[in-house]
Amino acid sequence: MDLVQLQRQLVEYRTSLYHEGFLDEQFTQLQELQDENNPDFVVEVVSLFFEDSERLLNELTKALEQQSIDFKRVDAHVHQLKGSSSSIGAQRVQKVCIAFRNYCEEQNVEGCLKCLQQVRHEYSLVKTKLESMFQLEQQILSAGGSIPM
Amino acid sequence: MDSCNCIELQWPPDDLLMKYQYISDFFIALAYFSIPLELIYFVKKSAVFPYRWVLVQFGASIVLCGATHLINLWTSTMHSRTVAMVMTTAKVFTAVVSCITALLLVHIIPDLLSVKTRELFLKNKAAELDREMGLIRTQEETGRHVRMLTHEIRSTLDRHTILKTTLVELGRTLALEECALWMPTRTGLELQLSYTLRQQNPVGYTVPIHLPVINQVFSSSHAVKISPNCAVASIHPSGKYTPGEVVAVRVPLLHLSNFQINDWPELSTKRYALMVLMLPLDSARQWRVHELELVEVVADQVAVALSHAAILEESMRARDLLMEQNVALDLARREAETAIRARNDFLAVMNHEMRTPMHAIIALSSLLQETELTPEQRLMVETILKSSNLLSTLINDVLDLSRLEDGSLQLDLETFNLYAVFKEVLNLIKPIASVKKLHVSLNLAPDLPEYAVGDEKRLMQTILNVVGNAVKFSKDGSISITAFVAKAELLRDSQTSEFFPVPGDNHFYLRVQVKDSGIGVSPQDIPKLFTKFAQTQSTAIRNSSGSGLGLAICKRFVNLMEGHIWIESEGLGKGCTATFMVKLGIPERLNEPELAFMPKVPPNHGPTAFPGLKVLVTDENGVSRKVTKGLLVHLGCDVTMVSSSEECLRVVSNEHKVVFMDACAPGMDGYEIAVRMHEKFTKRHERPIIVALTGNTDKVTKENCMRVGMDGVILKPVSLDKMRSVLSDLLEHRVLFEAI
Repeated sequence: MDLVQLQRQLVEYRTSLYHEGFLDEQFTQLQELQDENNPDFVVEVVSLFFEDSERLLNELTKALEQQSIDFKRVDAHVHQLKGSSSSIGAQRVQKVCIAFRNYCEEQNVEGCLKCLQQVRHEYSLVKTKLESMFQLEQQILSAGGSIPM
Repeated sequence: MDSCNCIELQWPPDDLLMKYQYISDFFIALAYFSIPLELIYFVKKSAVFPYRWVLVQFGASIVLCGATHLINLWTSTMHSRTVAMVMTTAKVFTAVVSCITALLLVHIIPDLLSVKTRELFLKNKAAELDREMGLIRTQEETGRHVRMLTHEIRSTLDRHTILKTTLVELGRTLALEECALWMPTRTGLELQLSYTLRQQNPVGYTVPIHLPVINQVFSSSHAVKISPNCAVASIHPSGKYTPGEVVAVRVPLLHLSNFQINDWPELSTKRYALMVLMLPLDSARQWRVHELELVEVVADQVAVALSHAAILEESMRARDLLMEQNVALDLARREAETAIRARNDFLAVMNHEMRTPMHAIIALSSLLQETELTPEQRLMVETILKSSNLLSTLINDVLDLSRLEDGSLQLDLETFNLYAVFKEVLNLIKPIASVKKLHVSLNLAPDLPEYAVGDEKRLMQTILNVVGNAVKFSKDGSISITAFVAKAELLRDSQTSEFFPVPGDNHFYLRVQVKDSGIGVSPQDIPKLFTKFAQTQSTAIRNSSGSGLGLAICKRFVNLMEGHIWIESEGLGKGCTATFMVKLGIPERLNEPELAFMPKVPPNHGPTAFPGLKVLVTDENGVSRKVTKGLLVHLGCDVTMVSSSEECLRVVSNEHKVVFMDACAPGMDGYEIAVRMHEKFTKRHERPIIVALTGNTDKVTKENCMRVGMDGVILKPVSLDKMRSVLSDLLEHRVLFEAI
């Protein structure tokens, strides 16, 4: 594909992510932090996010499968997940985490399980989106162009 | 000779008769000839006589008559026919002319007669005009008199002169028999005879004010003729002089005129005096219109003149009163000054006298404390020491305050170490605070100059007093003392709306804030805090006593240092914040303090805004950690990352300028770290700035952070710009509490 077309596609895709609420300004901030000293800052942070989130989601699943659920622990994990998602600007994940924490406080098992489902869903969504965005970026870079801001 | 019928007279018969006839005729002719001559002569003399022609005829007839008589002389004797002819002709002519004259005279005689009547008429007219002229002259003179009278009246401001002059002049102008003035009495129910013209000292006649004649006069603004027999007109006790025509007129007393009426209430109806004028009876004069007008005019003028006089009297009285008051005030002032001087002398003497024994007591008791004592004795000595310390403080306070009030207290200005002052205060307060388990933290802004010019002792006294109050009134919790240089932007405080300190080249404003978590002050008591000896309700809860002078003295000191002190509190039980600002000078040799109030350096928008700033970031969450690190690295900081509190405490050193930590993570006690760090770094210089990054937006978190002595709280997520501005603020002030 043409370089210009690729770039335009990237911009459109990014804009759509913002529009649909997958990302918020925090992600923009991350992008601002990327410079020649830190060329892969965003990718690194996002990869770290993916690892962390997957770990946390597994922990959560395990914790909620227990007979007697340790809500404190669940809460701690959700808190972590919330922190991570807010740090990179994964807005929808963060929102679900907030709801999740409320259910944890109420010690509502049903609610928690439902939220877990939702979180997983949102997380996979944002992961896919981000991965395709990074792919686009890679294509542009390999085509010799620069990533538009 | 007998043809002639005429009687021939011969000389001898009747000679005498004939002779007489001859003579008479001759004289008649003479008269007849001379009369026209006279007439002609006089007519010629008078140029105006209009009937010359008539005169001529008259003359002619007379001449001819004379001629006839003359000719008669010849006809008595024998005469010739010529003579007869002449005689006849003369007679004929005479007849004709006489008849014509008679006819003409018929015409002119009425004219002549009418001339006479006209002359009479004119004479009458002239006489009448003369009379009128006389009247006008009189009137004009009267007018002159009025003017003169008015002038006289108005040229004096003395009541009595005015009235006397009025009466005298009126009497003279109008040729009055008597003129009297009746004034209303104090009660207003009677008229009293106050002034008369002829009588020297009028006896105190009074008449009731509601007589019909008086009412009649008062209700009209004109002069009214009244009966000579009424009460007001009969002023002579003897009754000898019965007055002629009497006229009375009202004189309005304008309300400022308070003759003998001092406390007359405000009236809507006017008060009047009555002026009565009497003509002499024997002159048969009548009051004429112009005279009445004169009287009315004069009455009005008198009223005005009286009010002027009254106003003058009032102002004179007021001035006298003021002068008296001035004198009294002067005296009072002198007495007050004497009293103050006496008190000062007393205080000075007592000060010395009281301090010497106090000093002895305190010194010796403390020495006694050092010796071996039984527990009982020790208790007693401690009590003695405590009481005498209190007494000494009281003496000092009272003396200071009295000197402060005089304004005789002067500040001892010298260069001193500002940091040392704060440290000293902290050291003094620490023992008490630790006994009460209060945590005291001191934060000095980095731009605070180390040395300042001012009164060190008094500044320390002020700080100590304020901090001491904070400690005194808190049972537990923490006390935080912050000190920094007041900047223009920070001065837009609601409390200091009247106070706009302006930093200058050789001075700065030190702002000290002491916050405690004690019993607080209710808002209505706050204004009373700085008044002497006033103590709030909470004194019952206090476990130590005081004179209540401390804050008053602080306020005086702060005012002397051209500053401002105030206390804020949200209410009882909610702690309070005492803040004061004072002006301190900058010692010349040091240039650093000038940096303190240069405008805030605009933050570098380049990548390295804080080159090499060593920062420690503590966060359990890897992603957050990485993001924060990325932020700080972007700003050029040298970032160390740790993931747990223990690691943080282990790694932290005095090289790190800022420590960021997540305060609300459940697994990590950010508060504990802060406390431990405070303990680890006792010196202000070495301790890094502790900042909490938190996603919690409630006040509790913020308060907790402040309580444990964190220097700042920032809300996550942090943008690049925010981080940049936060760091610059922190490095300038060492304090940042974001409004949450």
